[in-house]
Amino acid sequence: MDIEAANEVVVQRILEAHPVLVGVGRALDVIPGMRRDLILHAGPPVEWARMCGPLRGAVIGALLYEGLARDEHEAVELASSGTLRFEPCHHHGAVGPMAGVTSASMPVYIVENRTHGNRAYSNFNEGYGRVLRYGAYGPEVLERLRWINETVAPAIGRALERMGGLDLKATIARQLTMGDEGHNRNVAGSSLFARQLAPHLAECGLPSEVLAAALRYLADNDLAILNPVMAACKATMDAAHGVPGSTVVTCMARNGVEFGIRVSGLGDRWFTAPAPVPKGLYFPGFNEEEANPDIGDSTITETAGLGAFAMAAAPAIVKFVGGTPQDAVAATLEMYEITLAENPAFAIPQLDFRGTPTAIDVRKVVRTGITPRVNTGIAHREPGVGQIGAGLVRPPLEPFQQAVRALAELVSG
Amino acid sequence: MAVVARIRKGAYHDSVALLQVQRALRELPGVEEAGVVMGTPANLALLREAGLDAPDLQHAGADDLVAVVRARTEPEAVRALERLDELLAHRAGTQQADYRPRSVRTAVRALPGANLAVVSVPGRFAAGVAEEALREGLHVFLFSDNVAVAEEVRLKRLATERGLLVMGPDCGTAVVAGTGLGFANGLRRGPVGIVAASGTGLQEVACLVHRLGVGVSHALGTGSRDLSEEVGGATFITALLALAEDPLTEVIVLLSKPPSPQVATRVLRVARGCSKPVVVSFLGAQPAGAWEGLHFATTLEEAAYLAVRLLGREIPERADPTPEPLAWAPGQRWVRGLFAGGTLCVEAQVILRPRLGRVWSNVPLTEQARLPDPLVSREHTVVDLGSDEFTVGRLHPMLDPSVRNLRLLHEAQDPEVAVILADVVLGYGAHPDPAGELARAWEDALRRSGRKLVCVTSVCGTELDPQPYPEQVRRLREAGIVVAPSNAAAARVAAALCGAQAPSAFPQWLPAVEVPEPVPIHRPSSEPVRRLLSGTPRVVNVGLESFAQSLQAQGVPVVSVDWRPPAPGDPELLDLLARLGG
Repeated sequence: MDIEAANEVVVQRILEAHPVLVGVGRALDVIPGMRRDLILHAGPPVEWARMCGPLRGAVIGALLYEGLARDEHEAVELASSGTLRFEPCHHHGAVGPMAGVTSASMPVYIVENRTHGNRAYSNFNEGYGRVLRYGAYGPEVLERLRWINETVAPAIGRALERMGGLDLKATIARQLTMGDEGHNRNVAGSSLFARQLAPHLAECGLPSEVLAAALRYLADNDLAILNPVMAACKATMDAAHGVPGSTVVTCMARNGVEFGIRVSGLGDRWFTAPAPVPKGLYFPGFNEEEANPDIGDSTITETAGLGAFAMAAAPAIVKFVGGTPQDAVAATLEMYEITLAENPAFAIPQLDFRGTPTAIDVRKVVRTGITPRVNTGIAHREPGVGQIGAGLVRPPLEPFQQAVRALAELVSG
Repeated sequence: MAVVARIRKGAYHDSVALLQVQRALRELPGVEEAGVVMGTPANLALLREAGLDAPDLQHAGADDLVAVVRARTEPEAVRALERLDELLAHRAGTQQADYRPRSVRTAVRALPGANLAVVSVPGRFAAGVAEEALREGLHVFLFSDNVAVAEEVRLKRLATERGLLVMGPDCGTAVVAGTGLGFANGLRRGPVGIVAASGTGLQEVACLVHRLGVGVSHALGTGSRDLSEEVGGATFITALLALAEDPLTEVIVLLSKPPSPQVATRVLRVARGCSKPVVVSFLGAQPAGAWEGLHFATTLEEAAYLAVRLLGREIPERADPTPEPLAWAPGQRWVRGLFAGGTLCVEAQVILRPRLGRVWSNVPLTEQARLPDPLVSREHTVVDLGSDEFTVGRLHPMLDPSVRNLRLLHEAQDPEVAVILADVVLGYGAHPDPAGELARAWEDALRRSGRKLVCVTSVCGTELDPQPYPEQVRRLREAGIVVAPSNAAAARVAAALCGAQAPSAFPQWLPAVEVPEPVPIHRPSSEPVRRLLSGTPRVVNVGLESFAQSLQAQGVPVVSVDWRPPAPGDPELLDLLARLGG
């Protein structure tokens, strides 16, 4: 088994991937293996009994949204009854930020990797505040979700069809030159998203109140492009998954209880350890004791070389991750220690247009003891409270060590 | 009295940095002794020997930082250790504030055009770092010792394939195009090129050449085992060929302790093919026969003088110092040599042996003279305090003279000892005031012994060193120490003080080398080697921070790797990583 050759293949696939946002569809119709009684969630597998507060809240919200339960009590009963199925988004080509909860009737973005032909999916971002992805499920949360899913999403879907797809690789490249790192900061990318969609929204014959709704959604939501970016990263990393012998991490994800990774050469196995609580800045009135352990599939951005890996590009948010613009540069430079390649498509102006650190090698992580940096939002540990801060988290080393052990077994076996 | 220990799991710091923290701890109120080391078994043993034993130490591993303080009272010990993190952090703060790369690969990205790695990490990790450097296309100056011969052979083979030079392992010093590496002296540039399998040998010849008014083009260290049969002179021959075509070099000096005869033959055949005069000193190994173009010297001193004469320069006659002979007490007759420089210790034996008879040593010229216990002198004895048995897990005596200071005190108590012979090595990377250390130790020893004794030294250094030669010599003389102009001269003076007669004929007991046929040189140096010798190197430093500092002081572009042991504290994972080629 030639590890270096396998990794070369993986790196080539990552660098050559070309994710394009091609449309919007209903989860049940487009996500492979989606069913009415299936709830997708962020991170590695976790059953109801072990789910953290925000994830439970989001599940309750989804069951109410789907009409599978009439109230919270029924939702909890159903969720714990064993008749529902819970599976990771990642098992279905999908990703979702924070709780990542995606149910059958929700609309999802469809991202196609034009180079390799595979697709990935992500739900719609609800913006800041009390939202489902942080486990809120009150009537106003569900109402806003309906508005996004039933009014905004179809409109954006029509615009995307009309424009023949939106080139996410090019958009991500541009947002990195405009102060975004693609995970915690997406204000530039979301503006680019709105700018590209706007004329097509205007030209696809929407009733004016729907057009207004779509434009308002885009205007108000600094995170609008986060979910398409995540799906772009997922489409990229899925193409790189499953190369025998490769030591490259193709997925990092958290479910609020565990942090897990998958490795290209190790098939569908998850390697997990307890998820840590992020370090960061808390919104007024909140502190670390109220924080939930790290949660969400958004670490797919770091896995693909964005987010904290591209921190040098986003000096505006360094306060969230501890310090100065110099620290931001150091954060990215550190990630080159554990990666195999630099992605020339994603150049960082602050580093003289050096490509983002790409293709995390579990061997390098274990050798150096440097775990990937992850920029993240921080959820309250109680369902429904929402985001209480943002910051940096270092995943545990154990999953990377387990992966090295598993790879060594393959080599000797 | 209280002994208190603190262990920081998986916190790596280089030994020089730890020494500075240790010194700072010793100066805190109530502290009698302090030790700050990485928790290798050898280091822990040293702590225990120094009366710094604590039950916690059994939990320390090789990758853990261990700090132990002995103080008058327990609160004082605890208070001192409360400063530990601050002192360690202060060290870190004095380093560059920018991002510090963690590997050679990323360091090369931070210093475009880097062409040389200076590696001084602990021996068990050194080959891995050197290999990474070679694969990144860097020449390697490998200061680390305790690298297996098989690893050395593998590294040098890799280097040869890539046209690169590996100086080391166990290479203490080198001068590349005027830049001093490792323990390096301030030298003017000039026509003498040196290839040396011995660190202090190189320093002694280069400094003598300098003090004779001439300069050095390059002085390339090869590592002490390069001329062994296993290694086969790989670096020696590459370096010799490079100097043969180097435009600045007019005369070449080859230095080694007595090498493997087969390898010596191979090297000398190449040397005879040079169009430049070549001086060879195998430290006493006198070959028989006629040698066109080659000039043999039995000592380092003779090699330096020969090289300068071959350039057509006059050397003023200089007699050895003649200290007042003392009236020794009955039975007081032995020389005890306490050396920081291994080759200086060997050179001393080459001088002393024909004048005084048997001289015991831990680095003997012949096995019959091997000192059974390096810690215990007998009759005439010279010890190399820089050899492994003294340095495993602690700093070299050129950096930390405390081993020699203790031994000096001990020797001076021996009523049969008449003369203490010692070396003082200056330069970048060395102790900031080695003469002061020796002078204080000598004054202390004299006071405590209450007898008449003589100390004879020489100073290996120049006026351009950070510890300027004239000041160091003055400090020694103030303490009543006799300072000879060379290590060989110091040994002659020591022998004369012990009543030696003119030396017997050249010692026949040294192995002779066969006369080989010359090989015409048709193999030019590789492009990377030529480039290395053509200008200031651009250096990636991995290991001792002080080496990076001395390079910066010389105006050399250098980037320091923030090196830590791989897969900290988990040998099993390290083994798995090796199997995965990581």
